[in-house]
This record gives sequence, structure tokens and C-alpha cells, in this order.
Amino acid sequence: MSDRTIAAPAGGGLSPDGLLAGIARRSEAVLIPLGALLIGLAIFSLFLLTQGKSPAEYFALVYKAGFGTAFSWQNTLSRTAPLLLAALCVALPARLGLTVIGGEGAIVLGGVAVGALALPLSGFPAVIAIPVFLAAGALAGGLWIGAVGALRHWRGVNETIASLLMAYIAIALMNHLVEGPLRDPASLNKPSTHPLPDALRIGNIPGWDVHWGLVAGIVACIVSWVLIDRTTLGFAARVAGGNVRAAQVQGLPVGKLIVGFTALGGAFAGLAGAFEVAAVQGSANASLAAGYGYTGILIAFLARHNPLAIIPVAILLAGFEASSGLVQRRMGLPDASTLVLQGIVFTVILISDTAYGRWKLFSPERWRS
Amino acid sequence: METDLGLWAVPIAMLGGAIRVSTPILFVSLGETLTERSGRINLGLEGTLVFGAMSGYALAVMTGSPWLGVIAAAITGALFGLVHGLICSLPKVNDIAIGIAMMLLGMGLAFYFGKPFIQPVAPDLPAIPLGWWSDLPQVRAALQVNVLFLIGLVAAGVLWWMLKATKIGLTLRVVGDSTDAARALGLTPSLVRTLATAAGGAFAGIGGAYLSLYYPGSWNEGISSGQGLMAVALVIFARWNPIACVGAAMLFGAAGALGPALQTIGVSSGYYLFYAAPYVLTLGVLIATSSPTQALSGAPGELSINK
Repeated sequence: MSDRTIAAPAGGGLSPDGLLAGIARRSEAVLIPLGALLIGLAIFSLFLLTQGKSPAEYFALVYKAGFGTAFSWQNTLSRTAPLLLAALCVALPARLGLTVIGGEGAIVLGGVAVGALALPLSGFPAVIAIPVFLAAGALAGGLWIGAVGALRHWRGVNETIASLLMAYIAIALMNHLVEGPLRDPASLNKPSTHPLPDALRIGNIPGWDVHWGLVAGIVACIVSWVLIDRTTLGFAARVAGGNVRAAQVQGLPVGKLIVGFTALGGAFAGLAGAFEVAAVQGSANASLAAGYGYTGILIAFLARHNPLAIIPVAILLAGFEASSGLVQRRMGLPDASTLVLQGIVFTVILISDTAYGRWKLFSPERWRS
Repeated sequence: METDLGLWAVPIAMLGGAIRVSTPILFVSLGETLTERSGRINLGLEGTLVFGAMSGYALAVMTGSPWLGVIAAAITGALFGLVHGLICSLPKVNDIAIGIAMMLLGMGLAFYFGKPFIQPVAPDLPAIPLGWWSDLPQVRAALQVNVLFLIGLVAAGVLWWMLKATKIGLTLRVVGDSTDAARALGLTPSLVRTLATAAGGAFAGIGGAYLSLYYPGSWNEGISSGQGLMAVALVIFARWNPIACVGAAMLFGAAGALGPALQTIGVSSGYYLFYAAPYVLTLGVLIATSSPTQALSGAPGELSINK
């Protein structure tokens, strides 16, 4: 802070404490990511032009297939559910300064946990079986990512590398279980676990063609926001994320916070896998590793790890993913073009970190200078 | 003619596998050692490896020369490293996060441009039959050593000498250990780091070319599945020492060869678990060599994983 700040008078619309100042401070966190997103889309448009494709046609198709009709909205919202939960697996640990990118592993294991319970629980009523499915998925994911947090705190293991390695291990574990001990002999072409009885499948939200996972995802985002922004626990986590030593001096239980937040994030990702099996696929198989965990990383960074901001960002990216089939058929673009788009947007978003605090417009303290 | 070696077939197949599988890991870890010695982490080498595999294969298909493919892979790898290095030179940008983004971007671009090259067959890189002295076909197969592996060994020695005894090495180490000290000496840390990241990317690109042009020797989207990432983790295990990278890469090559080696003697159950052996081993090594209280010995001071 400069000397001029102190000289600025308090009160009034243009002062550092006024209403306008509040809006200016908050708008930085919205306008910079939004600007970065637009620049990313512009760079992707240039990429399409070099490929002889029309960006206008591309975005028109994305709009049509992702958001144009009630049907496309339902398709988009069905894909939003796992993305919301996967993004929380990145955003919650990020509050503690941790970059966990292995949510894919928790999704896969959450799904396998439900697949493994399909046969043992087949005789039970849905009111018992479905909560058990969801709890098992959340537990599997929570233990998996919670272990990453524990390794980080007590062994100093880099959580980024460890979580991604564990994602590969989780996928190998799934392949082993699905092709071996848990395999349904009736699944010939695509090895899968025993299918869930129809009575135990999670249905759709009444009147919609979207399963209940969407509601679970939105509730999880709201709960996470309350936890981070409105509780002492969340405050402690932010302190620990800012400076671990200061937090320890303050007597904050840093280890418990790290394990708790990583485990909660993992539990949400595991829940995503549980919904994929119990509401979409009906059994666990290799399609569980569909890349939701990786898209979730981008969503969390775009939303600046704010759980409420994750909701619109996840819907937007789900729309892009929902339209990928149509874009492939109409424009002859390979499905990897979605990955290219995500990579470009992700890179630009991270570059935009350098823009914070650069413009006077967003820092009322400097308005008078 | 196959001779029945019984259980001996396993260690021989693992030795051969260690040499075959370790080469890309060796190249990536040498490149990452160079980058990390300058004080930056490039987690994006997984994407660089995949893009190198694609571009090397594509050029080999188009020109008929696998060596032109290797050169193309090195150049594209250097470009990816350059982009990473330049972005990280901006203030307040996180090198680990940029690495994740570059990993996704590299894979996305490789899959996008690689679609037409899944079918065509590219010429392989040549191998030298070092097992000529043996009558056993298994030993001969195991000692069929690719030229790139030997180049990797030489590169490890040269890098080790360069870091230890040359002016370039000294510059790199100063920049890696203290930005302030480097500035005081009149060096430009961000320039040195950007060049070191570009050079590291070139190594990773060559590693990718080995994957698609020798072993497994074809281009497909699952070609790397995390080898670039394991190599980055291995650099910590190798304590940023190029010579130690050779040993670490061989160890991991052997772990990767465990599954196929057991298959040769008829053990086929649990294939996917053996397939996970290198990841488990990497994680185990990471756990064993990390420390919660002190900076890792031999680690460059400016490295963000130490802070």
C-alpha cells in the first residue's frame, strides 16, 4: 500500500470503501477469467481457421447441440453432474494451496465400489441399497484422495504427481477387477461388473431427462461454498493455504485440515463415479475413465476454485462436451478438438494470473493517484 | 529355435525389457533434470512426449526416414518447452499449473493431428544386435539394443560433465539455486530457465519418437500413459543427477517389463496389476525419498516443490 492510500478520504462512491469500490474489487475476479476465456476461444477460432474450418459454424453447432433446445439442455445437464463433483475434488484442496489433479482415480474407484455391491445388495430395497451405493462410492474416493493429502502432510510427497500416479493405479485396479474377480461372465465384448437390478438404479429428476446426480452436484457445490466461505473450518483452511507455518504457530490442526479437505474432495469425485454407475451405465466398466476428472481440473481453475462459480463454468464446459459428437459429424473435426480447446483455454486462464493487481480500475486504493 | 530356460526366462526378459522400456523414461528424466536444475518444474513433459511420438511418427511416415522423425520430435519438443518457459517468465504464473495445462494441450494437439497416422506404418529406428555371442534366442532378443538408448547413455554422461565442469553448467546451477545470486552475477534467470526448459522439451520429444518409432513402434493415443509423468517423479529419486537418471530409468524399465516377462512363462492372471507396477514403484520411491521437514538434499534451491 502506498502513502497516498492513507490520504484518500473515506466515504462516498469513489472512495476506497464505497459501494463502487466494492464492486470494482469483486469484478476483478470475474472480469479477468471471463476475458481470458474469451481470448482462449479466440485463439481456438484461429486454430480452426488454420484447419480450414469455420469458427462461426463451430460455435453455432456448440450452441445448438449444447444449449439450443430442451433436449440439448438435458444432455448438457446430464454431463454437468460428474463435472461439478470432479471440479470440487480440485477446488477444495486448492483452498489449502494443494494442486490435486488425480480426481479421475477417485471417480473410477467410486464407480467400481458401486459395481462391486450390485450383486450383494440385489435383494435389498432401493431405500437401503441406493444410499449404501452412494456412501460406498464417496468412501472409496475419499480414502483414495485423502491418502494423497496424508502423504503430502506427513511425508512431504508432492500431491500433484502423487495424485496423478494414483489415478493410473486406480484405472489399472479397475481393469483388473472388472476383467477378473468382479467380471460378469455375461459381459462378453465389454468386460463389466454385474449390472444393477432396474429397481436399484437411480432415476431421473421428475419431469426431466436428467438424473439426480445433478442435484447432488449442485448441493455439493453450495455445501462446499458454505464450508469454505462461512465457517471457521473454511477460514482455518484458507489460513493454512496461505502460510502453513503461520497456521501451525496459531495452533491450527494443519494435518487434519489437509486430510479432511482432500478426503472431502475425493468423496465428491467418488460420488460422481457412483452416480455414473448407478444412474447412467448400470455397471462398472472401462467407460468410467471418461476424462471427467481432467475436465474438472480446468473447471476448478476457470472458477478460481470458488464452489459457486463452478456451477456455471461446469454447465458451459458440459455444453462443449455434449456438442462434440455433432461437431464431429457435421464439420469432420476429430473428437480431440475438444481437448485442444480445453488445453488452450486452460493455458490462457493460467497466463491471466499475471494480470491481477495490474489495473488501477480494480484497486480502489489507487483511484486517486 | 526356442530353448526352454524355465524361470531364467523372467530375468532375461526383464533385462531386455529394462533396456527397451527405459529409453523414453531416460530421455524425459534427463530433460527434466536440465529444466529443474535451472529452478523450474515442467510437468507438461507427458504432453511433450506424446506430441513427440506423434510428430516423429508422422514425419517418418511422410519422408521414410526415422531419423528425420527423431529430429522433428526434438524440434516440436523444444517448441513446447519454449512456450512453457516463456509463459513461466511472466510474474505470478505457477509453473506446475502451466505444466498441467501444457500436458492437456500437448495431448490434445497430438491426438488431433495424429488421427490420420494411426493406420500407416513408419520405418523403425535401427537396433544393434549386442547378443551375437549367445546361442540363446532369448538372450539375443534381450540384447537387441536401440541406437537411441546408447545415445541416451552418452547424453547422460555429457550432461553430468556439463553440469559439473562447464560454464553453462555453472550458470544453470547458480540460476537454479538462487535467483538473487544469479542477478548479482549479471545473469538473466528467466532467459536461462526458458532455454533450459526448451532443451528439456527437446529431450522429451526424442523420448516420444522412440516410443512410436521403436518400442512399441506404432502411433496410438494410449502410447505413453503416464511415462512422462513417472520420469518427472524419477528426477527427484535420481537427486537431479543425470548419471543416477540412467539407473532410475533402468529400474523402472524392468518394472514395466515385469508383466510381459511373466507372460512368457505362462503367468497371465493379474496382468493389469503387473501393468501398474511402474506406477506403484514410482509412488513408493516418491514416498521413500520425500521428507516432510527438510528440503530434499541436492535439490535446486529455487524449485517450487521445495518451498
